[in-house]
Amino acid sequence: MEFKLSEEHLAVREAAKDFAETRLLEGVIERDNNRVHPTEQVKEMGALGFMGIMTSPQYGGSGMDTLSYALAIEEIAKIDASAAVIMSAHNSLCLWAIEAYGTEEQKHKYLSPLAKGLALGCFCLSEPEAGSDATMQRTTAIDKGDHYLLNGVKNWITNGGQSEYQLVIAQTDPEKKHRGINALIIEKNWQGVTIGPKEDKLGIRSSDTHAINYTDVKVPKANRLGADGFGFKLAMQILEGGRIGIAAQALGIAAGAYERSVAYAQERKAFGKPIAEHQAIAFKLADMAVDIEAARMLVYRAAFLKDQKQDYGYASAMAKLKASEVAMKHTIEAVQIHGGNGYVKEYHVERMMRDAKITQIYEGTSEIHKIILARNILKGELALPL
Amino acid sequence: MKILVCISHVPDTTSKINFVEGDTQFDTQGVQYIINPNDEFGLTRAMWFKEKNGASVDVINVGGPETEATLRKALAIGADNAIRVNTPAKEAIQVAKEIVSVIQQNQYDLIIAGRESIDYNGGMVPGMIAALTGMNYLNNCIGLEIDANLATAIREMDGGKETVTAPLPLVIGAQKGLVEESDLRIPNMRGIMMARKKPLTVMEPQEMSEQVTSVSFEKPAPKGDVKLIDPENIDELIALLHNEAKVI
Amino acid sequence: MSVVIYAESEKGQLKKIALELASYGKAIAAELQTELVAVTINCENNESLGEYGVDKVLTVEHQGAFNAQQYATIIAEAARSQSVAVAVVSSSADSRFLAPLLAIQLEAGYVSNVVATPISTSPFQVKRSVFTNKAFNISEINTEVKLIGLSKNAFGLHPHPTTATVSSFEASSNTSTMEVQSVDQASDSVTIADAEIVVSGGRGLKGPENWHLIENLASTLGAATACSKPVSDMGWRPHSEHVGQTGKPVASNLYIAIGVSGAIQHLAGINASKVKVVINSDPEAPFFKAADYGIVGDAFEVVPKMIEKFKAFQAENA
Repeated sequence: MEFKLSEEHLAVREAAKDFAETRLLEGVIERDNNRVHPTEQVKEMGALGFMGIMTSPQYGGSGMDTLSYALAIEEIAKIDASAAVIMSAHNSLCLWAIEAYGTEEQKHKYLSPLAKGLALGCFCLSEPEAGSDATMQRTTAIDKGDHYLLNGVKNWITNGGQSEYQLVIAQTDPEKKHRGINALIIEKNWQGVTIGPKEDKLGIRSSDTHAINYTDVKVPKANRLGADGFGFKLAMQILEGGRIGIAAQALGIAAGAYERSVAYAQERKAFGKPIAEHQAIAFKLADMAVDIEAARMLVYRAAFLKDQKQDYGYASAMAKLKASEVAMKHTIEAVQIHGGNGYVKEYHVERMMRDAKITQIYEGTSEIHKIILARNILKGELALPL
Repeated sequence: MKILVCISHVPDTTSKINFVEGDTQFDTQGVQYIINPNDEFGLTRAMWFKEKNGASVDVINVGGPETEATLRKALAIGADNAIRVNTPAKEAIQVAKEIVSVIQQNQYDLIIAGRESIDYNGGMVPGMIAALTGMNYLNNCIGLEIDANLATAIREMDGGKETVTAPLPLVIGAQKGLVEESDLRIPNMRGIMMARKKPLTVMEPQEMSEQVTSVSFEKPAPKGDVKLIDPENIDELIALLHNEAKVI
Repeated sequence: MSVVIYAESEKGQLKKIALELASYGKAIAAELQTELVAVTINCENNESLGEYGVDKVLTVEHQGAFNAQQYATIIAEAARSQSVAVAVVSSSADSRFLAPLLAIQLEAGYVSNVVATPISTSPFQVKRSVFTNKAFNISEINTEVKLIGLSKNAFGLHPHPTTATVSSFEASSNTSTMEVQSVDQASDSVTIADAEIVVSGGRGLKGPENWHLIENLASTLGAATACSKPVSDMGWRPHSEHVGQTGKPVASNLYIAIGVSGAIQHLAGINASKVKVVINSDPEAPFFKAADYGIVGDAFEVVPKMIEKFKAFQAENA
């Protein structure tokens, strides 16, 4: 067993760290305050190869592995969790599916600009009356022979306003229940596609979250991803991989808050010595370090298993559950360590605390993940195989 | 045009500076290493020559295997070849002589080295390379254009600058201004993947005697606390600067 | 055997660092019980060097602009003619430019940024600053001829009146293919390198339009102006004013930082300054840990008061 990153992994991590510190840090507070999408920075992430990091170079991607992806998301989330989720949703939820199941034509038309960072992508699964439960699709894509007619509303769509291309899950044949669901690639400019107002969120406020309305949108059959009725299975697979990105984002938020806390605790003095030398604070730092390290191991292992083409659903669920819980718990502690300063925006940790909350909710709530895990456990999978 | 950029592998600017082994060695524990910033300004300028004029860019470092990550980063940014002379960098003259022996086996038109490394701050290597090879040399270079065989370079002086022309080959001591901080490049993912396949040649060092030997290190005595002065009482500040500090 | 200094001049007049170099050279010459020789180029007031202990001045006429390669060759020839044992140059931009060339010509072990007289002359050990003033290194020079680059303000001026004999030195001709096309020298303002006092502004000044505060305080004190890295990165001030690890080092007697938070790289760059004063509205600014005197207050209120009070002080002490 070797716990060691390769030279390339270290280089990816350093590049992401450099990018985050030199391009994302400045203005991160204002973007959060004013809900401003980091459009310029995302363009630069495209040029650096982050927006197609796992996509094959054949389609303009960087061809890197999932671990590289997790390392980059982690570094970016340390500074700007919004930029991290923009990258994660784009890569895991949209590009991955087109590359895995798209036709050559779909790949050239859609994957290539997406992977080069020339266009942004999103995944439209959630609905007003259904979160991530893909068996309950009210959005319909009725088979009209040469095309589908798409109608419905999708909610809480990350990158919703900025995405040129949307991967939409919709019910074609209600009789077949989840076997009658399809995944369709929709272009933002098509007639009948209306982007709703931007959500005013607790956290990740500069990521762009919208509802999207579809009214009699004509979708060519060629834009269906995978075989007829494959949509549900595809959505489940997408979420399994997406969890690694969100877990890495949560890990980054936690680690960013931790790093700031360590620095602050050594700077800030109370009763004549740095607060880090007071046991109350020192213990908090120790707890943070251990939890974050544990989450990191889970996240990296889930990425590693995916790279090894092994079953990673159980591992990614564990990683996402743990990392998001750690992010929430320790960003709260980070604010506490910063005291009054932690409660004001200038010190970043209050934003991190608000950002952390979503990681326990989206792409499967913590509760959903516990259900998934319990199911595996009761099937006899007591621990991850090594 | 063939360019050689000399790369120092130095502790990050925010590193804590400590010493071990009886204060004779720099404590590398927990230290992140980077491309020396002055070298990175030079490397970035070299990339512009590569992109606009089709120059080829080699990078060289004198150091142990631990410095290869730094050279790989230079390759990921876009350098074509890397050379590592396999010996710890002990003093400027030694580093300069090792680099010169590589220069003598290749025909370089332009040698770029940072005006100084941010660790030992010697400010010697580019000048020594020039003196050992007989090439023209310009230090504190904040602007460089090359037309055919003639370089037009700007040197920052104390309180001004001068524009100088020099036929190639030329050695410059690079610094901020040659390119700006915002021009520095983060290696892109494609570059990182390609760097793995680019040649990194390891060369064995020459025998030479040491001119200057490091004996030991010491840290400055800790500073006393700041004396705070009431903003309403500038007279006190003036009195302190005059009577206590004796600087006005 | 001799100690040889390169005493820099500007427009025919010795620079102050030349006198510091003479003081320093005298200390080494005394220790070695040998002569102190100064080499000057295009200098008119050579006799002044005698006041700081120089026994002999070799003055050289050089046609044309400063050229490091030519200057190094001249100094090397002059130094060799005096059987140089220890050569000393300053840390000015010109001297740092030519010193490595001189080292090769003299086959001398060269140590720059030296901060004190040698710890011992046999073995020959000197103390130099490293890690941008965050530490010192004791270096031993093993070569027969030693070359020292002295940090500015490290030794100070120590008068030691002697009568310097001045003679001209004929250097053999050496040509250069490099040509100076133009020089753009700020004529009226004090340079950071030469200044006794440096007044520096940071982001706390909120914009380039407020720089008259820095400039007025600087002109009151006869100081050079400087700025922090973010200020030069944002283009508020030219990067030639940026002081810090990747900018210019400052070794002035007095460094006044206004609205500069004090990033570690900035502090490293100004660490060699003798006395540091910080004015910042944020009492948590790291600069307060590095400063000797501090004022927690609004620069826009404090600086005009300082200008007024400094003027009154100067009038009183005139």
